[in-house]
This record gives sequence, structure tokens and C-alpha cells, in this order.
Amino acid sequence: MPAKDERSENGEVGARGEGAVATTPENLAELYQKMVLIRAFEDACQRAFRQGKIGGYLHVYTGEEAVATGFLDAYREGDRVITAYRDHPHALLLGASPGEVMAELYGRRTGLVKGKGGSMHLFDVERGLMGGYGIVGGHIPVGVGLAYALRYQNTDHIVQLFLGDGAINQGAFHEAANLAGLWGRDEMCPCLFIVENNQYGMGTSVERATAMTDLAAKFDAYAIEHEKVDGMDLLAVLECAHRAAERVRESGRPYAVEAITYRIAPHGAADFLEKYRTKEEVEKWRERDPIGIVEKRLLDSGDIDEERIEEIKQEAKREVEEAVRFAEESEEPPAEELYTDVYAGEGEE
Amino acid sequence: MAETKTYREALREAMVHEMDRDESVILMGEDIGVYGGTHLITDGLYDKYGPRRVIDTPISENGFTGAAVGMAMMGMRPIVEMMTWNFSFLAADQIIQNAAKVRYFSGGQVKVPLVIRGPNGGGVQLSAQHTHSLESFYGHFPGLKVVAPVTPNDAKGMMLTAIRDDNCVIFLEAGALYGTKGEVEEGDNAVPFGKARIAREGSDVTLIAYGRQVNLCLRAAETLEEEDGVDAEVIDLRSLRPFDEDAIVESVKKTHRAVAVEEQWRWFGVASEVAAIIQEKAFDYLDAPVERVSGAETPAPYARNLELLAFPSEKAVANAARRALYMEEK
Repeated sequence: MPAKDERSENGEVGARGEGAVATTPENLAELYQKMVLIRAFEDACQRAFRQGKIGGYLHVYTGEEAVATGFLDAYREGDRVITAYRDHPHALLLGASPGEVMAELYGRRTGLVKGKGGSMHLFDVERGLMGGYGIVGGHIPVGVGLAYALRYQNTDHIVQLFLGDGAINQGAFHEAANLAGLWGRDEMCPCLFIVENNQYGMGTSVERATAMTDLAAKFDAYAIEHEKVDGMDLLAVLECAHRAAERVRESGRPYAVEAITYRIAPHGAADFLEKYRTKEEVEKWRERDPIGIVEKRLLDSGDIDEERIEEIKQEAKREVEEAVRFAEESEEPPAEELYTDVYAGEGEE
Repeated sequence: MAETKTYREALREAMVHEMDRDESVILMGEDIGVYGGTHLITDGLYDKYGPRRVIDTPISENGFTGAAVGMAMMGMRPIVEMMTWNFSFLAADQIIQNAAKVRYFSGGQVKVPLVIRGPNGGGVQLSAQHTHSLESFYGHFPGLKVVAPVTPNDAKGMMLTAIRDDNCVIFLEAGALYGTKGEVEEGDNAVPFGKARIAREGSDVTLIAYGRQVNLCLRAAETLEEEDGVDAEVIDLRSLRPFDEDAIVESVKKTHRAVAVEEQWRWFGVASEVAAIIQEKAFDYLDAPVERVSGAETPAPYARNLELLAFPSEKAVANAARRALYMEEK
């Protein structure tokens, strides 16, 4: 069955179809609250990293909040989500507690994956998160396989596969997109590709990294339909996400969205110099801060007042402080954990 | 009951046995469906199970192996064919970085019940890029299981075990021996991993091998008996990870001499590991240094005469055994 464009005539956002969420003032306020929490969480872990309390690599999502928040609003129980190493918000939005995520970053036994994965490998399989992965592009074929399995197992669930602009240049992307296009012909690939185009693969801009900079159009080569969305505007993302998710769910075919966004924070918490971009450029994007846009909309419409905004910010701050305390007070994994989870089942553990 | 079958038929029989029993078992690979499989292992299965269970893939190893990892994480049991193990280098990121490690870095939240199978090693003049023995390469990674059956009966029995295993199993087939015949037990003859097989009992020296080198050792053992009156024991390791250390140690305690044989290059290889284990666990029983017979340290040559020189020969094994018995100078 050909997928239809389900944009409603009156332009009302996300009000159609099962699972779509109308953007009522209450709903928007709730999503705003989530974005504020993500921002506070990322600020806190960045601080903790610079204080030497978090090891390894740490990649925060600051500036990109509207993308994951909008798309995961279209998540339905039983769907699967897979992403790369900028994965904290995906875990939080799917329901992991800030404490569990922070404890993972601290390498504690109470962490989301028992302190064995760290920032780049958050998993919460019960809530649909099939992982954060550390090799650029390496998770994309895995996500396509998840999608095939969902159809093979006769479900109507979908995969939300998040990838960065940097991953687009990897062979793994092209091989996986080709498989998705092929399998989609037989309605065996309900995979929603979400390209989080934050303009930079580490310190190299999209313009300097990819020969043809229209990332959505790359999916043409694999017969996968696509669109672009303003990834700084939560309402635009919500509308797109619900429509795209339903389309994939109904058709069993892949679909791709390039969300144009910006990483206001450095690539990694250890990336202090930022020689690859100007302060002016960052400032320019900051003016379109996705949280600021929603905040303004809520205030302008009178659906929420300054006092409530302040309350939301304070609540997020408290919740994150609590998460940090939980992480700091949690124990390290016991030594026995070194050798567990190498093999499933009996034998060689 | 047992019937005579080829190695190829034995592999197919195991896959059919499991596909009939369990819908989650599917096959993927290049030309395994309509074409019937380059090595005819999957011949006829496309017609029997259809395109959703016997998936012809593009020539795109990293992509389809990664997709198989995703399917396995969802509880399916894919069997991926590498047309030859040489091509698995293209899929190494998926095999090593995902299949082997994801259980660990997910804190045990996922399993990867995946079999990757195909012909390993050389011997049929395919030259450098199509001739490679990958047992040490994959044996190095915790999280993977690595097996290398040589008899048709083991090919079937170990494939049954591989498909039922909840981990990624690297199934190294004796590609040069697909047409060889042997007795294969009927029905479910699952062979557990980590148990070596005594291919020939003997008392004077232990020859330790896996894959097609086992047959070489058996022939060398006959020569040693005929020409020198030496009674060699031959151990077929069958499974390299897990590894049956006890079988080697027990044999060396009996024979006091050992030769480790491998097709691959010598440096950092299986034979080195065998020698080290014997040194650690049976040092006091040794009457001679452990001998190693390995492939030449070159890319594989094409010319038949050079290729024969590049791989272990029956003669090289027999001579190594004689050295271990101080019957021949180093």
C-alpha cells in the first residue's frame, strides 16, 4: 500500500492517526520540561567530566534536544530505538532515570549497563533502547536488521534509527540503506532513519566531509523516500515524526528524515579549543535554541507563565543534582563483573 | 544408524534439521538462494523455505552481517554465509565490534545467537586474497566462539550446536574438503563445543591439529608407523574457543612429545598457544621441545608447486614428529 502524505488540511500538528499526540498546551509544556531536563543533565555531566569524575569520552546533545524529543514522542511500546554515541537523551526520553544514566557515566554498578558501557553504550532493552554504539556508522546495519526482525515476527512495531551526519559517509550507511530499500520493497523494513545533521562530524563540517551536502537526498540512491525538517523547531519535528512513524508502521517500508540541527556544545567534553568553528557561528545558532523557541511559544500563548518556567528549570536542576548524588554514592561494580556477560549461557564466563 | 555423506551434505542436513524445528533460524548470504550457493551448501533451500528465510544478499558483507547481528539481538537465529572467510575482513567491524562485544557493553541485556559460516583456508590455487586461515584472528576475540570441524559427522553435529548456541559462532569449514565423504549419524547428533576428538590413538608422540590439517596428521601418523615404527596419537581440536586444554595435557602426559600443526602463519598462532599450554600444564612430562608446523610467512602464492610449499605437508609433519623423537636433527 503506498504511503500517503497525512498532513492535515488545517495544519494542526500531530492530531491524526492512532498514536499521534495533539500538541495541546499541556503536552507542549511536558515536552518542554523534558528538553529542559536533558539540557540540565548534559550540563551536569559535562561539569563532572571536567572535574575528572567521569572518564572516557562524553558527547552531549546540547542544542539538538528537539530532535530526539520530537521523534521519541512518536515512540510506541514495542518499537525499537538505536543510536550512536550521543545517546543520553534517547535513554532519558525512553524512561531511564537520570540517576541510572548518570551512574553509568560514573562507572557504577547501578548504571544502566552496570558500569560496563559508559556514556557511549547506554542500553535499556525493556524500554526499547537497543543501544548506543561507538563506531561511526557501525550501528546502522544493526538497526536495519532489527527492523527486518520486527516484520519477520509479525509485529507492527518500527525501528527509529538515529545517525549523525558523519555516519552518512561510511560504507556501513550505504550498505545498510541499500538493504533497507531492498527489503522495504517486500514491506520487510519498518525503519525510520533520522539523520541528526548537527553540521559537524567531530571538527569537520558537512561541507568539508561530504561531496553532496543534501543528506536526505542520499536516500534517493536506495529508493527510500525522505524529507528534511527544521530540527530546532520542536513543533515541526513533532509533526514530521508522528507522520513519518505512522507511515513506516503502515507500510513496512523505510523512510528517512534529515533533521537540520546544531551542536551548541563541543563535540566531546574534552574538545575545548573548537578551532573548526567561530564563536559568531555558535551564537547565531544559539539564537535558535530549541528550548528557547518552545519557551517563547508557551509564554506568548499565555499557556504558561514565567513563574512556572522558573519552576520547571529548578525541578530539572534538583532532579539532576539528585542523579549526580545517586551516582557519586553508588558503588563501583564488584571485581567479579569483569568476567560476566562475555558469553551468553553457561561455559566460558 | 549412520549413512555415508559428504561434508557438504552434512552441513545442509544440519541447517534443514534446525530450520524445520525453529522458525527463527534463517539463512543469509551472497548467492545462497536462487543461485544455490557458490559451494552448493544451501542448494534447494530457497525453494523449500522461501525468500524471507533464505535471503540472497547484495555483495555487501559489512551491511548484511550487521543486519544479521540486529536480527540476532531480536531473538532470530541467522546463519550467515561468507562466500569465503577472506571476505569477512569487510565485515570485521560488525563481527568484532558488535557481535563479539555487544553482550558485554550492554551489561548482559542482549544475546547474539548468530552463526557465521563458510570455507576457511586454502589449497586450491586461489592465491593471496582468496586464501586465508582465520582461526587465530577470530580466536583472539572474547565473545566469539570459533570451531573448525573436519569430519562430515562433526560438520553436522557441530553445526547443530552452533545454531542452538546463544553466542556468535565463527564456523570455519574445511572448504577444500566439501566433497569428502564419511559416516554421518542420523538425527540429532549435536557435538558439544570445547571437546577435542582423539582421531587416532597412539603412545609415542601427539600430533595436534584442527580442520583439514587433521587429515594430514593422520596420513603422517601412518607413514611414521610404516617407516619408523612410531605410534603417533592425533588430536583433532575441533573447537578453538572454547579450547580443550585437558585433552592435550592428558595426551602429552602419555606420549611426552608433541607437534602442533596449523595451516596459518606461525606468528601469534594456534600452534604457539598449544605449545604454551603444554609448557604451562605439562612441562614435567615433556621429553622434547614442542614442535610447530605452520604455513609459510608469505601471502599465498598461486603456482601449484609454491602453494604446496606454503602449507604444511604430510612430510613436514612426519619430520617434526621425528625431531620431537630425536630421530632427526633440527
